[in-house]
Amino acid sequence: MSLAAVKATGRMPDLSHVPLVDEVGVKERAARFQTRSIKKASKIEALHMVLSMIDLTTLEGQDTPGKVKQLCQKAIHLHDALPGLPHVAAICVYPTMVGVAKKALGNNDINVASVATAFPSGMAPRQIKLEETRIAVDDGADEIDMVISRGAFLQGEYGFVFDEIAAIKEACGDAHLKVILETGELGTLDRVRRASVLAMHAGADFIKTSTGKIQPAATLPVTLVMLQAIRDYFYETGRMVGMKPAGGISSSKLAIHYLVMLRETLGNAWMTPEWYRFGASSLANDVLMQLQKQATGVYQSADYFSKD
Amino acid sequence: MSSDPSKLAFHDGWQYAPAPESTDHVSIDEQYELFIGGEFSKPEEERYFDTINPATEERLSSVALAGSADVDRAVKAARKAYSGAWSKMKAAERGKYIFRIARILQERAREFSVLESLDGGKPIRESRDIDIPLAAAHFFYYAGWADKLEYAFPGRTPKSLGVAGQVIPWNFPLLMASWKIAPALACGNTVVLKPAETTPLTALRLAEVIREADLPPGVVNIITGAGETGAAIVNHDDVDKVAFTGSTDVGRIIQRSLAGTGKKYTLELGGKAANIIFADAAIDQAVEGIVNGIFFNQGHVCCAGSRLLVQESVAEEVIAKLKDRMETLIVGDPLDKNTDIGAINSAEQLDTIRSYLSIGREEGAEMYQSSCKVPETGYWCRPTIFTGVSQSHRIVQEEIFGPVLAIQTFRTLEEGLTKANNTPYGLSGGVWTDKGAKIFKMTQSIRAGVVWANTFNKFDPTSPFGGYKESGVGREGGLHGLDAYVTLES
Amino acid sequence: MVGSSSRVPVAKTYKIYIDGKFPRTESGRYFPLENSDGNVIANMCWGSRKDFRNSVVAARKAFPGWSSASAYLRGQIMYRIAEMLEGRSDQFVAELVLQGQSKRRAKKEVEATIDRLIYYAGWSDKYQQIFSAVNPVSSSHFNFSVLEATGVVSILAPNDSSLLGLVSNVIPAIVGGNTCVVLASEKMPLCAVSFAEVLHASDVPGGVVNILTGYREELVGQFASHMDVNAVVFCDGDAEVARDIQEQAADNIKRVIARVDADWAKEKSQNPYLIKETQETKTTWHPIGS
Repeated sequence: MSLAAVKATGRMPDLSHVPLVDEVGVKERAARFQTRSIKKASKIEALHMVLSMIDLTTLEGQDTPGKVKQLCQKAIHLHDALPGLPHVAAICVYPTMVGVAKKALGNNDINVASVATAFPSGMAPRQIKLEETRIAVDDGADEIDMVISRGAFLQGEYGFVFDEIAAIKEACGDAHLKVILETGELGTLDRVRRASVLAMHAGADFIKTSTGKIQPAATLPVTLVMLQAIRDYFYETGRMVGMKPAGGISSSKLAIHYLVMLRETLGNAWMTPEWYRFGASSLANDVLMQLQKQATGVYQSADYFSKD
Repeated sequence: MSSDPSKLAFHDGWQYAPAPESTDHVSIDEQYELFIGGEFSKPEEERYFDTINPATEERLSSVALAGSADVDRAVKAARKAYSGAWSKMKAAERGKYIFRIARILQERAREFSVLESLDGGKPIRESRDIDIPLAAAHFFYYAGWADKLEYAFPGRTPKSLGVAGQVIPWNFPLLMASWKIAPALACGNTVVLKPAETTPLTALRLAEVIREADLPPGVVNIITGAGETGAAIVNHDDVDKVAFTGSTDVGRIIQRSLAGTGKKYTLELGGKAANIIFADAAIDQAVEGIVNGIFFNQGHVCCAGSRLLVQESVAEEVIAKLKDRMETLIVGDPLDKNTDIGAINSAEQLDTIRSYLSIGREEGAEMYQSSCKVPETGYWCRPTIFTGVSQSHRIVQEEIFGPVLAIQTFRTLEEGLTKANNTPYGLSGGVWTDKGAKIFKMTQSIRAGVVWANTFNKFDPTSPFGGYKESGVGREGGLHGLDAYVTLES
Repeated sequence: MVGSSSRVPVAKTYKIYIDGKFPRTESGRYFPLENSDGNVIANMCWGSRKDFRNSVVAARKAFPGWSSASAYLRGQIMYRIAEMLEGRSDQFVAELVLQGQSKRRAKKEVEATIDRLIYYAGWSDKYQQIFSAVNPVSSSHFNFSVLEATGVVSILAPNDSSLLGLVSNVIPAIVGGNTCVVLASEKMPLCAVSFAEVLHASDVPGGVVNILTGYREELVGQFASHMDVNAVVFCDGDAEVARDIQEQAADNIKRVIARVDADWAKEKSQNPYLIKETQETKTTWHPIGS
């Protein structure tokens, strides 16, 4: 997959001009997407799309090369019993596992994404974060998933956060940068919107909801606010920025509603793995079960799908 | 395919497959009779009219046309029930009958939803998620009032009025029936109700529910017909109270015809609500509010936000976002679960809407419609906005009752308010701003019975609804909705 | 030198009250008001349609300010009217007597009128609390209903209760923030004009109450049909009169308030439901969120 790296605008945005967000209105709109009924051909197409957008993730303290290799095997062979399946977009691992993943994936056109910047808390000096980023990129990471400094953001140190993202972006070189806002720690949708704008102006290629370590992780309302920020940024600058909801999306039905929301907010141009990802570990199997059911008409058991 | 890379594209790639709600669990009779005195009976003159599906133009059923003799029979049945069982019954028992209606409606909700969408053209998403649940909730709410009325009127003893004659419109057929019947029964009255001629089927099914709930015969009578039938109910000597929802023109005729009769009346009439967007609003939610305001129920809503007033500094942004949003609205089969805008209710209404589209263009306004496809047969109107309009345009002054929005700009709060109130109507209004003090300034200053701040087109059984000025007299819903069905003794 | 006993008294000119001023009728017409002996008491203004029209303009102009005045202020002004009336009660008793009432009954009526003013002065900041509601809607919204003044109210004051009846109809309207145009009792119009003078001295802003004298038959149609009047109150007349008023009121869906059977001397003729009759219920929705 080719990902053209894009330069940051390098300009600190005036956050006082960021549109306000009404929580109840956002929730109502998000709920409306969930009333869409996706059936038959459009469902199969959506499920294939979901698979192709998954960043298959393992981010555990207990991760070992063995675990990462198994996950890579799964990424390449999602469910060989079903022909014509796409492969996932990327494997997402800790920096120390980038080399392992890179090797295990070979030339299967699946990216390696590495979290960095003292994931998940981000509580480390900037030099450490930069060095960690460089190491991950040097080891072959195609994508870097950084976390913003939420403490600084909540203190109103927007310049600090902006500079940090810009610096990490520079350290990424050709690797794509996803900026995790950790929306579950930001408290309000207004802050989600502001953090999104800040990250995009600082050079984010993607904005991402969550580390998966904090609840709530991705939700439809939070993701909607971020998509709307992406849309406004696109109209303002002409630059497309990708979106990655992560954490808590484990059912096909919910994933499809995320796609409905994407389609009706940003349109079809974003509906590729180049611009949209799901950060998930158990979603893939549920999608596979649904596809198998669509193919056979028979409801499936998890026992027939590999858990890696 | 979208050619302009600077625009968002909504029509290429992944599409939603048709997702029709099944109809096989809903049966429609070949012919419907009048529900009088607890029985279905033929009209004296044995005349019938067709009700059609506005999405297909196919005939659904034949419905009895009630003449004045039938109206008389219905009023007599209502009177007999009033003097008999109903007024002698303990209030708490009366309430239990109304609770029963609510419960049966909940049980049969899907059937009612499908029927409502078939007969009226509204999207199944709305009949399923809004109309039918709200109708049931309305009965549930007023059921509980039946034995508590003295608490609603401090220092007074409320007494029932007698027979209520009720005439309802086609835009929310079952919901309007519930708005009328529930408070009337709770206050101890009996009812003769006439649904609109284009949407009689859910009211007739409600008659079945009322039978199923075992209400005493004649407490609720449902008779079908057109304007003449309605007039016969309104003008019947033995009707004590008239409740009408419909156009201001017909409301005026009713108010005139009731002059000197001493009948109590409530009128829920037309509107031309201003939806006011300030620059400091949460713009994306405001855009959603505009969509809910004017495209909900095909714009067949008396309280629709049919005039958009947007502050000049954000007008361009709001209109651009609105256009993007309009592209994602799906117009078509009302029974498809993904349909956002269903069929226009009748050929007649479609003609009215089309004539206003011509008027708008002839007056020099700029018309924009979304690019969605619409079916070949049936009555359809794409979501439409007009820009470049001013207060003097007819499309700004007159109620269109369709998915047609007139957009104006304003500079200062005072200008916005002046424009908002510059209308003979006063049913509803909307205001969007994040500033608390300004919200209250606006909601107090808009001369209308319902004001939505940072939201629009919300309804609830506990929430009174009704207009100022030419939008009507009286309130329906909530504690205030009881007034219409009682007389107060000191 | 002329002794005090032979002093020529100064007769009062009875004018009408529009926009806080006391003009003569623009029509220049008058009608002589006679006592039971057939002697002319006063030449009253024979108010015209144009006087009515000017009054509605004044009432409309006064409406935004008066309807947004605080309830406390409106209550204080109502109380002030009572104070002024108390101070001038002899004048009102004399006028009632002049128009044929017994002194005892006249005194009773004036006292009852003052007490009625006090009664409504006390309601000014309370009726809202009685009739408002917070509505427990199912969605995440704060929803409440409050009363707001209907607007400009035209009042055909009772013919037989020229002071108490007039005040019993005017005060519930204005205590609730409406402005009004009043047609005084045709056969006993004196107190209405003197009451206008009391209003004028009581901090009631100009235009809030406009009082005309003249012939009912000529003006009733205007009172009922004017398109900038939001509600019409009438207290006299048979079914035919009621029908005519209601028919013409329909032109702009006016609220029609009939109080034909009221006995204004009775205590039950004062209650907050009379305030409510010229109020609209406004319901406001707002999301609850962050």
